[in-house]
Amino acid sequence: MGPLTEAARGALAARMADVVGRAHVVSEPSELLVYECDGLTHGRTRPALVVLPGSTAEVAEVVKAARAAGAPIVPRGAGTGLSGGARPVPGCVVVSLARMTRILGVDLENGTVRVEPGVINLDVTRAVAGAGWYYAPDPSSQGVCTIGGNVAENSGGAHCLKYGFTTNHVLAARLVLDDGLVLDVGGTAADAPGYDLLAPLVGSEGMLGIVTEVTLRLLRKPETTRTFLAIFPSSDEAGDAVSQIIAAGILPAAIEMMDSLAIQAAKAATGLDWPEDCALLLMDADGPAPEVEHVHRRASEIARACGARAVQVPRDEAERQLMWKGRKSAFAAVGRISPNYLVEDGVIPRSEIASVLREIGRLAAEAGLRVANVFHAGDGNLHPLVLYDARNPGEEERAAHLGGDILRLCIRVGGSITGEHGVGAEKAAYMAEQFTPEDLDTMMKVRCAFDGGALFNPGKVFPTPRLCGEKPGPYEPHPVERAGLAERW
Amino acid sequence: MPDRRPIDDCVHCGFCLPVCPTYFSWASEMDSPRGRVDLARALADGQVALSPTTVAHLDRCLGCLACQPACPSGVRYGLIIEEARARVEDSNVRPAGDRLFRAFLFSLFPYPARLRAVAAFLWLYRVTGLQWLVRESGLLRLLSARLAALEALAPPVTWHHLTASLPARVPAEGTRRARVGLLGGCVQRVFFPGVNEATLRVLAAEGIEVVVPPGQGCCGALSAHAGRPAEAARLARDLLERFEGLELDAVVTNAAGCGSHLKDLGSHFPGDPALAARARAFSAKVRDVSELLAAMPPVAPRGAQACRVAYHSACHLGHAQGITRQPRELLQGIPGLTLVELARGEECCGSAGIYNLVEPEAAEEIGRRKADAVVAAAAPILAAANPGCALHIQRMLRERGAAVQAAHPIELLDASLRAARPRGG
Repeated sequence: MGPLTEAARGALAARMADVVGRAHVVSEPSELLVYECDGLTHGRTRPALVVLPGSTAEVAEVVKAARAAGAPIVPRGAGTGLSGGARPVPGCVVVSLARMTRILGVDLENGTVRVEPGVINLDVTRAVAGAGWYYAPDPSSQGVCTIGGNVAENSGGAHCLKYGFTTNHVLAARLVLDDGLVLDVGGTAADAPGYDLLAPLVGSEGMLGIVTEVTLRLLRKPETTRTFLAIFPSSDEAGDAVSQIIAAGILPAAIEMMDSLAIQAAKAATGLDWPEDCALLLMDADGPAPEVEHVHRRASEIARACGARAVQVPRDEAERQLMWKGRKSAFAAVGRISPNYLVEDGVIPRSEIASVLREIGRLAAEAGLRVANVFHAGDGNLHPLVLYDARNPGEEERAAHLGGDILRLCIRVGGSITGEHGVGAEKAAYMAEQFTPEDLDTMMKVRCAFDGGALFNPGKVFPTPRLCGEKPGPYEPHPVERAGLAERW
Repeated sequence: MPDRRPIDDCVHCGFCLPVCPTYFSWASEMDSPRGRVDLARALADGQVALSPTTVAHLDRCLGCLACQPACPSGVRYGLIIEEARARVEDSNVRPAGDRLFRAFLFSLFPYPARLRAVAAFLWLYRVTGLQWLVRESGLLRLLSARLAALEALAPPVTWHHLTASLPARVPAEGTRRARVGLLGGCVQRVFFPGVNEATLRVLAAEGIEVVVPPGQGCCGALSAHAGRPAEAARLARDLLERFEGLELDAVVTNAAGCGSHLKDLGSHFPGDPALAARARAFSAKVRDVSELLAAMPPVAPRGAQACRVAYHSACHLGHAQGITRQPRELLQGIPGLTLVELARGEECCGSAGIYNLVEPEAAEEIGRRKADAVVAAAAPILAAANPGCALHIQRMLRERGAAVQAAHPIELLDASLRAARPRGG
């Protein structure tokens, strides 16, 4: 599948306009440029078209038209992803689900809600909060990111420690396949017979089809929630505390860790009066009051035994909200302390947190760069943010290499290259380091069973070095390209 | 190493998307803050040229600044959009008719005397029945959506509008606690004379002496927000000179758009450091009236006002100045008053300076959303601290046939203070 000719692009735009209306087709270069990337800004690629369908039927027609024209499809929600999952591929049609924002039905008797994929994560909770319910998975971008994107990436969040990831909360989905067929997978009945087609769909990074409806599980709002903050001299003691709390069989709803640099960024963005030069664990205990009391007391005791200088509770609900805002806006807030940064998303066994953070510190010092850490400590899901200044020659490359070294470190200690941000375009090259060729072949067979022609989001997840010796990270011309013997497309 | 520009601060996280009224309306990235920053960067770097398409996306930004408090990276979006708009104004890319319409608006709004002439015309227009004829016939809409928007916005002008004037000084009642200067505003002075009068009465009752420097013109906010920096600087300088040397504790405004602009005056004189320093000194004294009153313990007794009031948070008060708590507290300090919040209460109403005149369709769509929220709040009174918002929301409510009265929070406080006085005086 090569790029479309200009005439074919025009014809496809006209066909798409017939399907979704002229106002919902983006085809001018000056407009397409804003769709060149998602939350990961390097490797910008301009799509051939962007189409914003408004219904399942329109999505099906859009898929058929793109396939007939030989244009690959890249689905997109709010474009907040951090692994380039919604980054366009050359000549593609970006299908934005941002207009499909209806909440189709709320069934509180059975604790479910049916939504379109463009509904914002937090809007699901807002729709049912008045009745005392909520939707549990809470990515830090929950006020922006969409359910469709959450399903594609199997998104996590701070409270997934206790409540599980997106996959534990999706009951059913409606899916448009590569030939425009509409399929319903899963259901609200427990344990349906036959193959569970929903399971491979959640976390498939938009490569099996386009989800146009999702039925989600709702939970009752916990009777009480208590937030508390443990302040440690360094990440060493904080890391120990995390593994000991979990090992003691205590299950807080969330255990989030921030190191000194991450604290600085969060303070700059929110005005919180947190101490610096320390490491923090931000924890939530929720449930019936006696359970909350028990978790809070035991977790605090363990934190102190591990060296916590203090354990604090917020003064009031406003401060509690601000603390969580500080945590949840920390990634982008790092923009205040560094011109550029890379977000990594490795997973490690909880028992290794302290030693891995030390090793990351050593690698960073070697590379002459700073790394901020703000992450889901209870899950062992690290988010090292490699800070750099792209204006300094060579620094972006050094940052990318450091990021790669950190991911390899995660694999080495028995973890993985991504916890919740997805593989996308960014981590595909590392898949071969984590999985055997047989693992990857098996995954590819599943992909081909749904989408044999690689219509949806090609080039993501699976390592496809187009030229041998191509390295992961920001694009650098291959020696063969530089010599004019091959070109990138 | 090239300087870091405001457009380089955006990390593309998308946290601005859900608070942007135009993204909410159309769901397209080009009409989101993140997309406009991309566009502004591409323009600045010469990757794209100004074209009717790029200009349309920049023009469709309300400039409501809801994206600024939502931004974890601290992107100064206001600077970015003003600079991009100045680029558009400097170019010849707009069609002649569009340029003419904008020139007409900017020959009218910054000049209170000309606005007063318009008010006189509007009074005649209304009392002669011509207005009824024009509105019933739908004639203007056939000619131009923009002219129809301008006409529809016109408030019912009374004789009081034509004759109102501000005293040069109002002494404090009781012990003087402060001495402030009042900014009269342009639209505020001509179309809402009652707001300035209420402000004077409340401040005096709270022990604050008020001087009203004569000959005040426009502060330049509308021009600055529309990408006309030279005009904005000229107007601001003229206003600045009227207030200098008066030994004031504060300069008080009751118009959110003026306040947000005047608090950041220093950045509008890039070529004149001495003037910029004077502007910064002036800016440091600017206070919204609710901000000033909230910072001083109230002394005037409040009388009961049993009513339900919905609060509209004006963008240039809430988003641009971060003043969200103070006006609500002032209203909640009135015995008997029940304050209700609007759904999506922090969203712009669509007025946005001259936006409702140059982008009438978009402004109407956004305004209808606000009118729906006001009606759903089931309050007979809507408190709004900016004249543009009040005019636009009143118009949208009028078209919906809803009987809701818009009032400035200070007018409600004034009513409460007067109710507490013996003899009702």
